[in-house]
Amino acid sequence: MALHRGRGFAAINYPIGMNLGGDPSQALVHSNPEGKFTVALSSIDLGQGMKSVTRQIAAETLGVPVEDVYVDTADSDTGPHCMGSFASRGTHRVGNAVIEAAQEARAVMLEAAAEELEVDAGDLVTDGRGSIHVKGAPSRAITTMAACQAAQFRQGRTVSGRGIFLIPLSEVDPDTGEMTPVSCFAHAAMLVEVEVDDETGEVRVLDMQSAYEVGRALNPRLVEQQLVGGAWMGMSHAAWETTEPRYPDRAHGPVDFNSYLMPGPGDIAPHHISVLERPAPDGPFGGKGPGEMCANPVLPAVCNAVYDAVGVRIDELPVTPEKVLRGIRANGGARPRGRL
Amino acid sequence: MAKKPVTFTLNGAERAAFADDGENLLQFLRRGVGDLGPKYGCGQGSCGACTVLVDGAPHLSCLMLAEAVAGRRVETVSGLARDGALHPLQEAFMDGFAAQCGYCTPGMLMAAKALLDRNPRPSRDEVVEAIGGNLCRCTGYAPIIEAILAAAERRATA
Amino acid sequence: MMEFRKEFFADDRDDDLVTIGQPVRRQDILGHVTGRSPFYDDHLFEGLLHIRCARAPHHHARIRRIDTSEAERMPGVVRVLTGRDVPRNLNTLLSLLDFGLDDEPILAETKTAYRGEPVAAVIAETEAQARDAVLKVRVDWEELPHVLDPEESLKPGAPVVCDVYPLNRFVYHGKYDHQKLRYGDVEAAFAAADHIVEGRYQMSPIEQAPIETCGAIAAPEVNDRYVCYTGTQGLFFSLGTAAKVLQMPSSRLHFVGGTVGGGFGGKVDSVHEPIAILGAMLTARPCKFAWDREEEMQVGAPRGAERWYIKDAVARDGRILARKFTGYFDAGAYTRLSSYAVIKSVGHLPGPYTIPNVSADVYCVYTNRTPSTAMRGFGITGVDFAIECHMDKVAETVGMNPIDLRILNAYRDGDMKAHRRVAKNCALVECCQVVADKAGVTLAAEARDATSLTGGGGARGELPAFTRTDDHGRVEGFDTGSYARKGGTAPASASPPRSPVPARAEGQRASAGGSMPPADAARSRAPAQPQPAPQAPVQPPASAAQVPPASERTAQPGAARRAGALRFSSLSGFRRR
Repeated sequence: MALHRGRGFAAINYPIGMNLGGDPSQALVHSNPEGKFTVALSSIDLGQGMKSVTRQIAAETLGVPVEDVYVDTADSDTGPHCMGSFASRGTHRVGNAVIEAAQEARAVMLEAAAEELEVDAGDLVTDGRGSIHVKGAPSRAITTMAACQAAQFRQGRTVSGRGIFLIPLSEVDPDTGEMTPVSCFAHAAMLVEVEVDDETGEVRVLDMQSAYEVGRALNPRLVEQQLVGGAWMGMSHAAWETTEPRYPDRAHGPVDFNSYLMPGPGDIAPHHISVLERPAPDGPFGGKGPGEMCANPVLPAVCNAVYDAVGVRIDELPVTPEKVLRGIRANGGARPRGRL
Repeated sequence: MAKKPVTFTLNGAERAAFADDGENLLQFLRRGVGDLGPKYGCGQGSCGACTVLVDGAPHLSCLMLAEAVAGRRVETVSGLARDGALHPLQEAFMDGFAAQCGYCTPGMLMAAKALLDRNPRPSRDEVVEAIGGNLCRCTGYAPIIEAILAAAERRATA
Repeated sequence: MMEFRKEFFADDRDDDLVTIGQPVRRQDILGHVTGRSPFYDDHLFEGLLHIRCARAPHHHARIRRIDTSEAERMPGVVRVLTGRDVPRNLNTLLSLLDFGLDDEPILAETKTAYRGEPVAAVIAETEAQARDAVLKVRVDWEELPHVLDPEESLKPGAPVVCDVYPLNRFVYHGKYDHQKLRYGDVEAAFAAADHIVEGRYQMSPIEQAPIETCGAIAAPEVNDRYVCYTGTQGLFFSLGTAAKVLQMPSSRLHFVGGTVGGGFGGKVDSVHEPIAILGAMLTARPCKFAWDREEEMQVGAPRGAERWYIKDAVARDGRILARKFTGYFDAGAYTRLSSYAVIKSVGHLPGPYTIPNVSADVYCVYTNRTPSTAMRGFGITGVDFAIECHMDKVAETVGMNPIDLRILNAYRDGDMKAHRRVAKNCALVECCQVVADKAGVTLAAEARDATSLTGGGGARGELPAFTRTDDHGRVEGFDTGSYARKGGTAPASASPPRSPVPARAEGQRASAGGSMPPADAARSRAPAQPQPAPQAPVQPPASAAQVPPASERTAQPGAARRAGALRFSSLSGFRRR
């Protein structure tokens, strides 16, 4: 009876957004009299950081400090339509809508600044720290606050903008499946090391080495949150979870977290992540959505690692000790492969 | 329905409210007292989102009768920041991106506070043990463990 | 532990941004750590009522009679709702996209198709009283034969799960009982292959398990409106569903949400909002309808099970010459979102590889289990599990390092994909190389030198000279104007589709730009809007110009008979050829 180590690999790509399009999102941006901006959305923050990433996108586009922007979502009386937070569409679809809205508001702010400075709006730049100045002449400047005040109290302009992003709906050919699914893909590769006990059938994930290509990491810590948490979920899908342990039989369905199992804080494996950035041509600042795809490579990588360790193919999830033991017995013992 | 008066200390202030017969502490705190910090996640004592401290020890408020806290000292996440100053755990969770949806955070923070109150410099294993009854579906736990260790470090060096 | 590998694709990036790329703290983090973030249940209402459902104990059963009289007399009970109280007691989620037929009652009236299906909703002063009264709802059941395995469900004579889809499967384009993918000729490739590798894979059903369970609170608001605090993942999805089910103008609904305790796909289904609002309408009091954890796990829609069969033709050197899929999505008793997941999945095949011959038949199958719905990676996670386990078998068959095999077959910029659009912005090769490097795996020289930017296109960017098509799974008597309406006009495959999508124009199919519509050249914008600034991302044309006039839309067969309250998209293209 022994512990066997094995390594398994998997690589995946992932479509960003509802894959046939037809899923619009809108944004409204406006300034208060002091040059502080509100972004109104109907998008949902369920932990992925919707409020935070759209706030950074708005601040970058407006050219104001991120502290000067607040995202208000989701109230159907004040936020414009959004399809919803699913299908990895939040960053991509809503982000693009926010850019369009912020560009319109920024244009008004710059026109107001130009009128105050008596220059051409096309010659103005923002420094991202609350100042607007003439390109190449930083001393000819006005604060974003003063520009917004001038717009509203002297010039009679509303510093506001509207944005929508829509990829029109694609049709699907019934005979060939020809279609235009999504506009960009994220990528990942993952190598998992496991330890399999050939006496108990238990599988422990020891280590994860990954590379994720996310377009552009709009906020690296938010990306890290998704990749760490998502890979944990992938590991959980691989070897812990199911609502129907005897599928397709419905018996023994869990009713609480004592029978619905997930890895706890003592079960986690070190995860060494590398992030690659190949900006999506149509993504907000090149961003794609990392939140869904991060779990996907872990499931097959764990199964492949179990095979590498003891020579048992688990083609039905989850990888339970029972399935591993039955496989080992059917083979007449553990058969380590050591292929990777 | 019979109602019972319950007098207790909540986050340092004396409180009195009526509890329904058989009402659990979680519902009593949320609906009866108006402290919305503790969260309902399962009502079965299996997720930890409702964790509060009673006389300094962590308890699952969904499994405890409201009347059981009569005369005792209850602490919730709502009282973690004092006089406008955040608790080191709160600072560490913010800096360490240790929350995503934030729903398990109130219970997680209270379990961690109970640990640090009795063991100011816990090992990683002791942190893992202390939050073993608190589920998080978003983070994969690693950032939470790191944040609790960072808070202990911060308090020790402050 | 996370590092950036900035040396990859450096030429694709301008790294001159101010706020983007910075590790800015989350906007909501102070609320989270102080326990003050307002989740839907953190809104207190005086006199809040609680709703709980009476549910079917059988996999499949006819309802002879529902007797709520005893439940209504229970302490604290204010009202008991049944299907008769629901203004429009039949819905399908994607009717908001004009996709599929209304198939699921809000509260079942004549039969139930899964264990746990709701038949009545008790509204009481406390949750405990609602629980007690639910036990007093009397239903006279007649148990029916049931089917739980998707392949069994497709056999002749299997019990009919849902009367709206008598074949136990979703009908695509009014033409086939599954979604097809046909690219090249897999059978010819199988005949000529050095190796055939086959596999069967079963993805398990999985619970989203957000720590906050699904729920909503609705209350009468001033001026004859209703406010609804909700944990939905799609605010307007839920609002539109409620407006349709309650036959109420959407202007009378005020939805508030956006702060949600985890979702992972499980909070799209809009189950709670209509019933909570209906309760508020009929009692004139605030009503909360939420699942407890047991309901979340057993009647909350999970990630559905998927079964995949894969067959590969492989050359001795490791190149995959053909790949054939047969897939079964277990939708459970009703469609929810599974019909859409099948199409998403088909558009993803054969995975991130360039394979010259690909074929797939993917079925959306009904069984007598809890309906399944979206979860993180919906439509992709299950088949990626299958594909990547299969790749490991292929590598072993040809005696190759598994990472070398992936790089050899990886898609590159300019390659033609099986859904007939050109690949761009690829990065699979580089991800494989980085992991191999970190894990100390020595790659073959060709794999080490490969890039996503080179080696693609050319002959790899051409459509196959011949694609074998077939009529397998053809259904008759369904209207092409809908996915599955029976008894409509005959299939009219000869008539050309109206094409609202510029990307389908012939000339753009094989362009280097790939699948995206052209950028600013085709923009048709409202004149009031300013020109985009230089850093604007490339965007497709605005939609307004492409939406057909309303008269044209309602002239579509079937469209006038539909009851969708909201139409979000340019519509009928989705269900028409």
